[in-house]
Amino acid sequence: MFILKLVLKNALRHKLRTFLTILGISIAVMSFGFLRTIVTAWSAGVESSAANRMIVRHAVSFIFPLPYAYREQLSRIPGITMVSYANWFGGVYKDPADFKNFFPRLAVDPETYFEIYPEFTLPPDQLATFKQERGSCVVGAKIAQELGFKIGDAIPIDGDIYPGRWDFVVRGIYKGKDASTDETQMLFHWNYLNERIKELQPSREGNVGWYILRVQNPGDMPVIARTVDQSYLNSRAGTKTETEKEFQQSFVSMSSAIIRSLEVVSFIIIGIILLVLANTIVMAARERTTEYAVLKTIGFSSWHIVGLISGESLLIAGIGGLVGLATTFPVAAGFATMFPTFFPVFNVETVTIIMAALVATVAGVIAALFPTIRALRMSIADGLRAIG
Amino acid sequence: MIEVHNISKSYRRDSLEVPVLTNITIDVPEGEFLALMGPSGSGKTTLLNLIAGIDRPDKGSIVVNGTDIATLNESTLATWRSHNVGFIFQFYNLLPVLTAFENVELPLLLTNLSKKERREHVEASLKLVGLEDRMKHYPKQLSGGQEQRVAIARAIVTDPTVLVADEPTGDLDRVSAGEVMTLMDRLNKEFKKTIVMVTHDPRAAEKAHKVMHLDKGELT
Repeated sequence: MFILKLVLKNALRHKLRTFLTILGISIAVMSFGFLRTIVTAWSAGVESSAANRMIVRHAVSFIFPLPYAYREQLSRIPGITMVSYANWFGGVYKDPADFKNFFPRLAVDPETYFEIYPEFTLPPDQLATFKQERGSCVVGAKIAQELGFKIGDAIPIDGDIYPGRWDFVVRGIYKGKDASTDETQMLFHWNYLNERIKELQPSREGNVGWYILRVQNPGDMPVIARTVDQSYLNSRAGTKTETEKEFQQSFVSMSSAIIRSLEVVSFIIIGIILLVLANTIVMAARERTTEYAVLKTIGFSSWHIVGLISGESLLIAGIGGLVGLATTFPVAAGFATMFPTFFPVFNVETVTIIMAALVATVAGVIAALFPTIRALRMSIADGLRAIG
Repeated sequence: MIEVHNISKSYRRDSLEVPVLTNITIDVPEGEFLALMGPSGSGKTTLLNLIAGIDRPDKGSIVVNGTDIATLNESTLATWRSHNVGFIFQFYNLLPVLTAFENVELPLLLTNLSKKERREHVEASLKLVGLEDRMKHYPKQLSGGQEQRVAIARAIVTDPTVLVADEPTGDLDRVSAGEVMTLMDRLNKEFKKTIVMVTHDPRAAEKAHKVMHLDKGELT
């Protein structure tokens, strides 16, 4: 109890120094938490991948389409219980310079898409209307809120990959099953796209971007992948079949340099936390050398001294860590508001909170290590002499 | 009471071995007030530290109250110090973040006394040094003489048999030094404390029963 009291009093001895150290640690912890949140958000798609879904794409590149005719053939392969498909549409909504106007637009199979992606929850009446109306679309709750889309609104899109002006009517707003579900997509009928493109550019008719397979048994995925890819080995559009997780990972790996840089920076921040704290604790311990010697003279043990130094270090690191963690949430929320569609899912994960708390705690322990060892090794006589 | 027998002590400074004390033998009977004098670097403080058990001799034995303290390990020695020795330093060495009361209470925190008992002991000690009205004051709110009296109260609060004082008047003006020495004299005469005091001040040494001189690590 006395040690705790003394730790607190010591920490408040140089209020400005302690405040600045706590501020430094909290900014560093907040930055660490924020960067880790970006890294996590980047790979959110990988983490939320379903275990029973596979993606079939063109063997050369994702940008090449696959024939619609594959659909029927794929559905006959043993182990595959459902086949759906989607196509990247692109296009421009309003001012392209405004980043919030960017959101993924996909042409999908309305009959199967929401079944194969059960994490996209859509009220049954809205789903029924969507299926019936060829020019309709469904938007994610996040962009609906951000851009003010309501049921019945018209969304005009200027095509780029698929030229012309495209008009859609919002007939549904889907919500994610949990916080990790992407709520930023706009989904519309693939048939609508196919029919328009048939008139404009007949050579591009009858193609889909990729197929989504639902399999009976995830353990069969390697066999199914092999079977699918071998089936189209000598066709005009060879395939590459992989699990949804692998598919998502391939996207993430395109940005691996950025992610790695962010990870490196986040770990450099740990070093900064350590230096800021260690500097304060080393200074404090050096100033109090005589006091530690006096306490030992009176009869206090080495463990009391360990408690005093590491207690102060942990207290400062703990407060800095807590403040840093507390500010990570509003900063992340602010970022998500400013760039709502940049990351479909941008949440401070529990693992990030644990990591940031751990970083602050470990920094507290390590920062106290050197001054503690020094104080323990110093003889009482030397400590008393240090009065100068 | 205190039997120092043939002790030597040297310090290592880089590669040099510097002898500080050489074959010192002294006896301090119970209730004695001994003053150690000598020029700077003569080994006075080192001898005081050895007697108080905060340093160890290279050779020889130091028996205090029947215990050969040179043979005790660190933690036993710490416990022994807390029960047997009170320390008074030249620069008082009070903890600046603690009040006079809390500073005096420090040694009692290592005992099994209840909070109430500790309070009684601290109040009695502070009353003895005439600072019962300064209990809630922090060291920076006290004069040098008052700080040293708080340090004396801290030294006696556990009722140790031996008091060691390292130049207790070295940082005080004449009036304060006089008050402190009067207090030390009272502790010796009235409370029968055995006192070993290092001093440069002949007026302080006058209060001692016996004065020993050290020069270059040897008694003269």
